[in-house]
Amino acid sequence: MLRVDVEKQLGEFSLQASFSSEGRVTGLFGASGAGKTSLINMIAGLLRPDRGTIVIDGETVDDTAAAIHVPAWRRRIGYVFQDARLFPHLNVAQNLDYGRRMNRLARDPAQHTRVVELLDIGALLDRRPGKLSGGERQRVALGRALLSKPRLLLLDEPLGALDEARKLEILPYLVRLRDEANVPMVYVSHDVAELRQLATQIVMLRQGRVTSFGGVKVLT
Amino acid sequence: MFDISPAEWTAILLSLRVAVIATLVATPFGIALAWLLARKDFWGKSVLDAVVHLPLVLPPVVTGYLLLLTFGRRGLVGGFLADHLGIVFAFRWTGAALACGVMSFSLLVRPMRLSIEAIDRKLEQAAETLGAAPFKVFFTVTLPLALPGVLAGMVLGFAKAIGEFGATITFVSNIPGETQTISSAIYSLIQTPDGDAAAGRLVIVSIVLALGALIAAEWFARRATQRLHGN
Repeated sequence: MLRVDVEKQLGEFSLQASFSSEGRVTGLFGASGAGKTSLINMIAGLLRPDRGTIVIDGETVDDTAAAIHVPAWRRRIGYVFQDARLFPHLNVAQNLDYGRRMNRLARDPAQHTRVVELLDIGALLDRRPGKLSGGERQRVALGRALLSKPRLLLLDEPLGALDEARKLEILPYLVRLRDEANVPMVYVSHDVAELRQLATQIVMLRQGRVTSFGGVKVLT
Repeated sequence: MFDISPAEWTAILLSLRVAVIATLVATPFGIALAWLLARKDFWGKSVLDAVVHLPLVLPPVVTGYLLLLTFGRRGLVGGFLADHLGIVFAFRWTGAALACGVMSFSLLVRPMRLSIEAIDRKLEQAAETLGAAPFKVFFTVTLPLALPGVLAGMVLGFAKAIGEFGATITFVSNIPGETQTISSAIYSLIQTPDGDAAAGRLVIVSIVLALGALIAAEWFARRATQRLHGN
């Protein structure tokens, strides 16, 4: 499903990571500064590796030796950022529809209804992002990514900006997403409890290196 | 007192036409340049920036004279355009529009540039991950978010264009009905013995137009802030 073998120098920091994962939810675990976000940005195509390969779903999206670099907009990935990044000039419904429009996909009312119900955002459709709470924003961001029909969903600390209560509000949605949406995910977090609940495989990062890889057991 | 004569109307309407055309033609170039200055680093960027601002600090008569040398019938560019495309600038209202466009360009670009600089680039990244090619990112995210700044720039450019005097009169002279704008009409009127009342009326018209433009630009700027905060 996902194969990563990359090197990247970012100032003083060097990132060198290699892993492959078939799991439904691959947890990227590590302290802040371990290189999690740089790694996920490389998978997304927002950052270019200095050397190495990235293969998503059998398609090579990065191969420095062969000078292959598929730009982010052609990777068919979904990305949920820590800070939601909803488009402030569009309402919730238009935000949700953005990926479909950009990818020129046919309307899929059944999927739309399913995602809206799964995330409980039906009541928010007419609102502007500025009028949403942090938790609502994050749910809309999840929906927006899902509705672009990605083959891989990347989540970079999607609960990181929320307080404990909001986290507990969103977590069940993520579990449902994992069990019902049928999109493999890469989930970045520094929170052991979160990953225990969600991840099926763990990649542990420390100072830019993969220190262990395996089932959720490696978190102990 | 406030009976605007046909001759004055001619000058007012000509000014409006010149300023509208100058603004509309300058806007796409202004957006492109604003984007370039806000987003790209390239060799000669500070020189380009200086050239855009040059008409703001040069004596207008110098800019007008340079326009005459370049775009006049015997000018390098003017000769070519006249012979091959039939476009003549010298002593025509089109020349007045060109002079106004050049003189107001830096004012037009500035709010556009600031509003593009204020856009969170992370939003453009998010658009990219949702499958938007770079030009689609520009038209669906960057430009809509910069729109209040773009409009503010157009309003300011328009206001400057409508009051332009020095470069216009140098380049295209002061021909009633063809190149005599409000400013050059006022200039002629205050040199004629009984022109005071007419000049006064045109002065009031220019003050109203300029004030209106400033208020409109301010309003657009406030809209911009609201838009970026998602309300």
